[in-house]
Formats: sequence, structure tokens, C-alpha cells
Amino acid sequence: MLAAMQPTTAWYLVLASVLFTIGAVGVLVRRNPLVMFMCVELMLNAVNLTFVALARHLKDINGQTVVFFVLVVAAAEVTVGLGIIVAILRRQPGANADDMTLMKG
Amino acid sequence: MEATVFIISAVIVLTGAGGVVLRNNPVHCALSLVQTLFGVAVLFIAQDAQFLAAVQVIVYAGAIVVLFLFVIMLLGVDRAESLTIEPLRTQRPIAAIVGVGTLGLTLAAFFVAGNRKITGKVADNINADEPNVNQLARSIFGNNVLAFEVTSVLLVIAVIGTVLLARRPARKLETEGDR
Repeated sequence: MLAAMQPTTAWYLVLASVLFTIGAVGVLVRRNPLVMFMCVELMLNAVNLTFVALARHLKDINGQTVVFFVLVVAAAEVTVGLGIIVAILRRQPGANADDMTLMKG
Repeated sequence: MEATVFIISAVIVLTGAGGVVLRNNPVHCALSLVQTLFGVAVLFIAQDAQFLAAVQVIVYAGAIVVLFLFVIMLLGVDRAESLTIEPLRTQRPIAAIVGVGTLGLTLAAFFVAGNRKITGKVADNINADEPNVNQLARSIFGNNVLAFEVTSVLLVIAVIGTVLLARRPARKLETEGDR
């Protein structure tokens, strides 16, 4: 029964939506800056999944091109973000997101 | 066949994502992230995006997660963080509201959009007989070559920025006599 069913684009979109929500809640709930960063990666992956699903749905290769660029930007973002985290944690070991209040008004 | 692949990898993706959010130890979070990224790579293959699946495994599961683990080990922040303590009392309820809202909005957007007919021109430039890599290469190095060049500038800027950020503050040069 299961093998006969063909997953439609909607299945992939719903999965991506759930994955995005898990990532968003993770960013809000977790306090370790590294884990918050990993949750951002989850959200990026959810969007990538949406792009690939719609690329196949609309038969448009440019959807996959966008995912390629998202991967490049994600790599750059992780490099800079981890650099910032290293700089913060070196100054204030064991800092979590609640400790970073230097710019609070 | 594809339904079986989808369900198995969806379970892999969602358990991995749950692990990232719920595990106490950052190292376990990073390993759960690998699980999720791998599941997404399988879903890419199921949707005929073979090149992206390979890049996903090499760049994400390979380079980015190794970078995460490297920073965890370098800074020694692999202590477990208790998830039962939340200093800001309103944080969890607000996070739950935002979560339900995000899920509801995205699902509503998908289903509203799914019931409409596609208007405008469909590109229709995926040819099932041609390898995926060829088609993607034609798109990246053909129509989007300028964006591709700009990403190389972006990567150089990111590398320089990281070196500047992570560098230790400059100290006065120590002479032999001071030691």
C-alpha cells in the first residue's frame, strides 16, 4: 500500500515547515550560542528542502541554483558566526545568550 | 518506493532536529545535526537533486559540523546545559506561541497556494534525460555567473572577517629579557 503511494510536493513542504518550526523554537529556547547556531542551520535546511521540492514541482532548475547559493552563504555565515562566538567566549568563558547584554539600552 | 524513502528520511530528519533542540550536551546536538543534514541529503536525492545531495554531505555534514565540533572542543564548552532551568520566565510560553504561529502560517501559506492554479510561465527547463550536474552547471555558470563571482568575494570577506574577529588582541612584543 505504502509503496504504491507517490509523495506529492505537499509532503515535502509540510516536512520543511515542521523542520523550520523546530529550528525557530530551538533558537528561542536554547541559551548556548553554539546550539542556537545549529538551530539556524536547521531553518536554512528547511528552506533548502522547500526550494528543491518546488524546483521539481515547477520543473525549474533555478530552484536548485538558489540552494547552491544558500549553501555558500551558510558556509560564510558559519565562519563569521563562529568567529564572533569564539571572540565572545574567550572574553567571558561559559557565556550564554542571556549574558550578552552589553548592548542593552 | 519514493513514499517509503520519504517516510524513513522524514523520521530521520525530525528525530535529528528534535535532538538538536532537546539534547543537553552541545556535542550530542552537533551529532544530531549531522543526522538531520544526512536525512535532508537523502530527500534531495529522492527529488533528483544529486549534486546538491553530494554538496550537502560534503559541505554541511563534513565541513560545517566539523567546524562546530572544533569550536566546541577548542573552547571547552562541552559541558551539559540543563534544559529544565529557564531564567526568563516568559521565554518558553512565548517560544511556544511563536512555534505554533510559524507552523500555522507556513502550512496555511502552502495550502492556500496549493489550491491556486500556476499563473505565468513555467520555466520547464529540467530535462529528465540529462544529468542533474550538467543542468545545474548551465544555470550557475550561464545565467547566474555574476552571482557566482560575487559569492567568491563574499567568501574572501568572510575569511578575512573571521581572522580579524578571532585573533587575540595585539600585545606588545616581548623581548627576550622580559621572560
